[in-house]
Order: sequence, then structure tokens, then C-alpha cells
Amino acid sequence: MTRINLTVDGAKVADDVEPRMLLVQYLREKLGKTGTVIGCDTSNCGACTVHLDGTSVKSCNVLAVQADGAEVTTIEGLAQDGELHQVQESFRECHGLQCGFCTPGMIMQSVDLLKNNPNPSEQEIRVGLEGNLCRCTGYHNIVKSVQHAASQGGAQ
Amino acid sequence: MTAVQETPTAEIGKDRRRKEDQRLITGRTRWTDNITLPGMVHLAMVRSPFAHAKITNIETSAALASPNVVRVITGADVADEQGSLPNAWPITPDQKAPAHPPIAVDRVVFAGEIVAVIVARSAAEARDAAELVDIDYEELPAALELKAAAEATPENGGALAHPELGTNKSAFWKFDSAEAGTGGNVDEAIAKAREGGVVLEREYRQQRLIPAFMEPRSTVVDPTGEQITMWAATQIPHILKFLLAAVTGVSEAKIRVIAPDVGGGFGGKLQTTPEEFITFLVARKLGKPVKYTETRSESLMAAHHGRDQWQKLTIAAEKDGTVTGLKVELLADLGSHVSLIGGGVPVLGAFMFNAIYKFPAYQFNCQTVLTNKTWTDAYRGAGRPEATFGIERIMDDLAAELGVDPFELREKNWIKHEEFPFTTVAGLEYDSGNYEAATANAKAMFGYDELRAEQARRRESGDKVQLGIGISTFTEMCGLAPSRVLGSLDYGAGGWEHASVRMLPTGKVEVLTGASAHGQGHETAFSQIVADRLGVAFEDVEVLHGDTQVAHKGLDTYGSRSLVVGGEAIVKAADKVIDKAKVIAAHLLEASEDDVEFSGGRFTVKGTDQGLAMAEIALATFAAHNLPDGVEPSLDSDATFDPVNFNYPHGTHLCAMEVDTETGQVTMRKYAACDDIGNIINPLIVEGQLHGGLVQGIAQALWEEAVYDDAGTLVTGSFVDYLLPTSADTISFDLDHTTSPATTNTLGTKGVGEAGTIASTPAVVNAVVDALRQFGVQDVRMPCTPERVWKAINDARGGEKAETVGAAAPHFDASTGMEGTTDRTTGGHA
Repeated sequence: MTRINLTVDGAKVADDVEPRMLLVQYLREKLGKTGTVIGCDTSNCGACTVHLDGTSVKSCNVLAVQADGAEVTTIEGLAQDGELHQVQESFRECHGLQCGFCTPGMIMQSVDLLKNNPNPSEQEIRVGLEGNLCRCTGYHNIVKSVQHAASQGGAQ
Repeated sequence: MTAVQETPTAEIGKDRRRKEDQRLITGRTRWTDNITLPGMVHLAMVRSPFAHAKITNIETSAALASPNVVRVITGADVADEQGSLPNAWPITPDQKAPAHPPIAVDRVVFAGEIVAVIVARSAAEARDAAELVDIDYEELPAALELKAAAEATPENGGALAHPELGTNKSAFWKFDSAEAGTGGNVDEAIAKAREGGVVLEREYRQQRLIPAFMEPRSTVVDPTGEQITMWAATQIPHILKFLLAAVTGVSEAKIRVIAPDVGGGFGGKLQTTPEEFITFLVARKLGKPVKYTETRSESLMAAHHGRDQWQKLTIAAEKDGTVTGLKVELLADLGSHVSLIGGGVPVLGAFMFNAIYKFPAYQFNCQTVLTNKTWTDAYRGAGRPEATFGIERIMDDLAAELGVDPFELREKNWIKHEEFPFTTVAGLEYDSGNYEAATANAKAMFGYDELRAEQARRRESGDKVQLGIGISTFTEMCGLAPSRVLGSLDYGAGGWEHASVRMLPTGKVEVLTGASAHGQGHETAFSQIVADRLGVAFEDVEVLHGDTQVAHKGLDTYGSRSLVVGGEAIVKAADKVIDKAKVIAAHLLEASEDDVEFSGGRFTVKGTDQGLAMAEIALATFAAHNLPDGVEPSLDSDATFDPVNFNYPHGTHLCAMEVDTETGQVTMRKYAACDDIGNIINPLIVEGQLHGGLVQGIAQALWEEAVYDDAGTLVTGSFVDYLLPTSADTISFDLDHTTSPATTNTLGTKGVGEAGTIASTPAVVNAVVDALRQFGVQDVRMPCTPERVWKAINDARGGEKAETVGAAAPHFDASTGMEGTTDRTTGGHA
């Protein structure tokens, strides 16, 4: 067991974890942050995407011990004081989700994409979300959601 | 209730944003795997690496000794109590269906079958221990390739998936229009066309697909308390409850099934799984809550697959293009078992090969075949995409043969809008439709004539990138289904749906539906329907579903049935509420019932300004201080609706593909579709259903295939190898709709859940083939990978067939300097 200290969605947490424990397992099993989900075991689907020190990562591809000392933001910590992040708002506005399973990862990746490129073209959005799979929407409305968020200043 | 129909519709047709989204976009979700209960233990499955083998020994002691392992269970341990997984649709009385134990006992019949179960205090420890189970297998010949499996007999020494059955053939199912009295004799039509008309014979391949819902399947069973509660990532909580009882002998009244948030299904969660039965069994044995969540690799390997058919079509026509007959001969791969409705899936296509056309003679033959691969069952469209693909491909081929525009051929043969209702050669009555209108609309949206002109220019100039245009004018039968029809097809259940509408004292409304959503937006669309019907606010309607103790009755969600069957049950229950409320309203208003009208949520007395709102009646009913004599103090109402017919959405889909003739790369240029799904409740949700459906159908055409190696191992067993499309692979679509209201439900609606998937596959392949016909290419097998397209071009041109040896040269070899980069242009090593 290894001791780790980190900040998750604004709260300081500390735990003893097995060195092999993945960050996503830590979030779900130790912290009950079940908003972040696991969709595959080969880091293809991106459903588990969170922000690690402000950058999107697939949390199935990071060991919990690697997050020691870091700041993690999950889908549960994205809204501030009950106010949705613009990207969350835009996904609802543009029907960018159906079953909602890929949505946490898709939103976290979209936030990161807009941070790096506040006014992306359709193609830049499509390439920027390539690492996140969705089986429901055919991506059409996800692309629209990100475009909508960009038009509303979603990079903030 | 004419008064209600006169009410201006405020909600229906509005693009309401979804009620369910707030939770989903903030991570406030309840997926089955999120559920943790006190004392809960976890399962891991030990699965067979062999497609077909005898189990000769299982050594579990090392696994048992592993930290925090509670128990190890083998098939032999529970052989007498585990039961056999159900087949709900034996398509013929003599269908051969092997027993289907959740844990294999002495023989495994596909790679991925469960052989032993580890119970441990954590999922990780269970998986660690699963590695320690030592199993001896004696390999048996595996029946793998579908055509070979169909031919195998004990005499010819072909591999049998289940040697005790003496054959791999499960059932033969036939429909013949002459025998059914719905049309002429197809063999006569074909013979006649061979004399003076045109006969086309084609064989198409429907490759094996994997539904690949994003949420891996998960089951939690809590046996503490009086009821045994199962949470499951399922589309069918009610059917699961019934079958758990039927198979295990536990009283149905002691079982509660909850489908909490379910992350997609697409037919893939229309199943009662070994994993569900095992979790149920272990929980009962231990008296403790048990959880099992599959990995993605397990999901791809052991959750059911779809499609997998060989389709032989023979079409007969006169020289002017009038089709005179269609004969279909299918081979359908069931995989290792006849699963819940696996045998029936191809039969769902039996009535659809004639599609939108007025064929005078039709015959459908289907042989289902057992093999040593993962079993197949429903995948989005289930039988209808296969049928639509076959007919729309051969209609394009026939047009090419006759040298006419594919639209001209279709128009010559399709049902004209003034001919509805129309009874088809397969015996179905299509209630409404307008193929001309949808086609005109789609062609305009697509820019059909301009793209044809561009295609001609590129052909003329010999552009290395050629353009192809693909057409699919589809219809489908959905809204499953009239119970009597299902009975006549030997299906094990009915096709009704149930709803309850409960009026709460505060004027809020609870709607219970047996149709359980997993992404379709039922909460939103059903709220819109009820808001209009009862004249209450959209926000005041709460839709409850997916828990057999809350919505106690239902037949669940599949076959594009939720709105057209489940929605109609809600309408009928709401109308009963109004009827009950009217009696009380008349009493309170001191008026005759005949003088009371209901409109916009208010009961008013004709010719006066007196009235009471629905919410006021609800409160007065709750208080029950002043009700008419003999009237019960409740407005709550139930309805169970059994449809009188299927439901027939249709549409015209057009696809333009660019094909690089040098590399075989195909790129989608444009996709336009005009669907007619009758009246639309929520256009936003409808578009979403179409987008997602389109991409699943396009993915069959271009990317997806479940591939097995010669030993029967699934080699596309992860998302690295099974090619789900990404946002970067796909394009945005142009959609529109025409409206021919259904005549068989109050709201005039038609199903849309499967439409996109059913329609899009042939449009894409037709486009690829259209680009290549000039080179003599007739067909490209799906998925149309660059390799296949390139080979089709070069084979058709008559060259390079056997010249690809060099590509198989070892990449990391001494002869290439271990660099993996060698010049193979001459076909060998540099």
C-alpha cells in the first residue's frame, strides 16, 4: 500500500492504495465518484476522462499513485456552485447525449479541447474528440454541442 | 374524447430539451456498477479459451487459497440447480436447441463460455484468483464457418457444434406467397423470366457484428430482505423477472428486477444472460449481495453478436423493369446456442425483403445453423437491416443490369401513395406512406442531379477519385407487436404494453410505463404526451420505469415499440383519468356530465364560465369529502394496449461516397435522408435517434466485423480491433421528414429507433459499388475496407490477384534488418 494525497473536485483526500490501482478505480471505489465510468480496458473509449492538473487524461491510463499531489477534476466537480459549465449546458441544449454513459468523458474532453482551441472548426472538433467513443449519437450532435459551447464562450 | 383532440397541442411536436440530461451531464448517475451494498462480494468468470472442448479436469485449490476468495464454483458444482437459459422463440416445432447451462459442465462450445466462477471480497481479488484456476481441456473439432457448418454431418465428418444433435442445422423456416395465398408462385415467375425477361442471382454476406453498447453489462443481486432484488444493465427488466422465476422456480412474486440507468442496448441487452443467472444463483447460495461487472473484452467476446448471414437472392423481372418475383434463401449463424430470440431474428426479416415494392410472387427460406462461436441475437433492426440490405442491393444491381436509373426502377415497382392501405405479398397491411414525397424531398436535399453530373465528369476525366451514389428506399415493420401475430409465429410472449397514470393530490402526475428506456428519452417524450392529454405542465409529469416493483407490468424496450405501443398505452390510461375526473367535476360543478367539457386541463360547463382544473379535481378526489355516491376516491388509471398491426416507417436515404481507385480508400462525401415516421412528438429526440442509427448502419458498411481465427478465437475482442467509428471517421448528416400519420394509433406516430440503422447500410454499399461498376465490380463485401475495395477494383480489372505475397513478408526479420521496413514492390524481400 502506498499513501497518496490529492485534491479531487476541490476536496483534499488521502488514502492508502495498492500500487496497481488505477486512478479511475480509486475515484469510483474509494471516493464514490461514480460519475466517472469505465467503458473498456484498452484506453480506447475515453468514458473515464478526467482532468489531471487541468489537462484531460483517461483515468484508466493513470495509476492512482501517479496522481499523488495532483488536482483532479471529474464530471462531478465541473459545475460551480450549482451552475453548469457551458459545455454541460451545450450538451443538453444540442441533445449531445442519449444514454449518457460516454457523456462524462466526452464533456471533460470537450472542455479540454476548447481550452486549447476556443474556436475550433468542425474537423478540429472531430479530431479532438477522436479518443472518445459514443455509440448513441453518431457524434452529429456532440459536434454541434461543442460548436455551441464555443459560440457561448465555453473555453472559460 | 373529442374534446381532448380539439385541444391545441402545446407540447407534442416541440423540441423539448430532455428531462433526463441534468443527471447525466453532472455525473449524478446510477449505473448498475455504481451500486455498492453492505457485505457485497464480487464475481470473476473463468472463461474457455477453446471454441469446442471437453473439460477433463478443473483444479480450484490455488484459486481458493488466494486472498479474500470466498468460494469457487464450477458447472459440476451446480449442474442440478443452475437450469438452462431460455429460448423464447422456437421458430419451428422441430427446432434443434441444445441445453444452455449458465456455467459449462463437461463441454465448452465457444471461446468465452464460462467454466468457473470466483467469488471474492473485491473484483480485483476475484480476477487474480480466476488466473489460478487450472483447467484441462481436450479439444474437439469446432464448427466455425457458416456454410461448412450447414453441410456438416456425422457421415461426412464435418465438425458438429453439438455432436449429440447429429447436425448443425437448427431449424428451417419458410414463407411462400402461393402457399399463403398472398401472391403467386415464385418459381414459375423465375422460370418465365428466364425465357423472356431478366433473372438476377446474387449472394450477399451479412457479416457478424457486435452491438457494443458503451456500458459494459453489470448485475447486482441482493438476496437480503423478503424479495430478491436484481439490478441489471438490461433492456428487459420485466421479461428478465419472468424468466428468472420460470427457470429457477423462485416465485415471481419474490423477485424484483431494476434496470437503473442503462448505458445503451441496441438489442445487445435484450437477453437473459448466463452472468445474470449466475449472480442470482450465487447471491441465493451465500445470502449476501453479489456484483458482477464484465470487462469490455468479456463483453465483446461473450455478450451476444448480431447479423451473420449468407443471403442468396433471385429476382425475376420483365425487360421493362417490372419485378415479377423474389426468392430468398438465407443461412443464419446462431452461434453456440439458440438464445432468447436468436432463432427468430432472421424471421423478423421474412416479411421485409419485398420492402416497399409490389412484387406479385415471393418466397423466403431460412436455415438457422449452430456453430462454435458466440451466440447471435437481436442487434438494432434485428432481421430487418439484413432484409433491407438484400433487397436494396439487388434493386441497384437490377437497375444496372437494365441500364436504368435506380430510382426509375424503384418507382416502377413501389407502392404508390394513393394505394395505401396496401396488403403486401408477405401478407402485411401497410397502413400509410408516401414514397414519392420522401424521395422527392431527399433528392432535393442531396442535390441528386448535380452529384450525378459530377459523377459523370469524374468518370469522363478518369479522375483517380471516383464518385458513387447509393440509394436506399427502405421500410420496416416495427412497434412489436400484435400479440396474436406473435403467437402465430410461435413467439413465447405477447406484444402489448402497459401504463398507469397516477394523479397526485398536488396536481402532479406520475406516469408508469413498462417500456424501460436506456437512452431513448422516454421521460421527456412521454411527459409531452401526458402534458397535452391532461392539460398539465410538462414539468409536472414524472415518468417512472425500469423497476418491476414500481412499473409492475410491461414488455420492455426493443423493436421501436416504446412510443407506438407504450405511448399508446399511456394515452389510453390518461383518457381513463379524464373519464373518471369528469364524473367528479360534473358533481362538484353541479352540472350534468353531458354538459361538462374537458379542454386545456380544465373541466368547464358548456355555456358558462364555471370550471375546475384537473389539479383541483385531483385534490378534491384525494380529500374525498364530496364525491358522487358510489364513486371511488381515485383518478388513477391503468391501460394495457395490444397493437392491431405493426408500424411501417419508411424513408429515402442517399449517400455519396468518394472512392480512391489507387488506394481503395473510401470517404463519405454526403448523406441525406428523408424519413417518414408519421407524427413526431419531439423532433430533437427523433433526429438523435436517426443520427445514431445511421452511424451504426454506416459502420456495418465500412468498419465493423467480428472476426474469428481458424481456431475459433475472436480476434476482434477489444476496441483496439473491433472498429467502432469515432467522431473523426464520421460526417454530419442532412435530415428531413415527410409525414404520413400512422392510422393504427391515436397519435399517428411510427417507430424511429431502428430506422437509421436499417436504411443506411445498403445506401453506403450501393454508393461504393456505384463508383466501381465502371470497372466491372458487382459487389464489395462488408465492411468495405480499403483492402477489399482495392482488391475489387484490381480483381475486376483482371490483374494482381496473386501478387500480394510481398505484403505478407515478415516485418521484423533478419532479412529486413529487424526494421520492419523493406521494399516489397517486387513482391518479395528487398
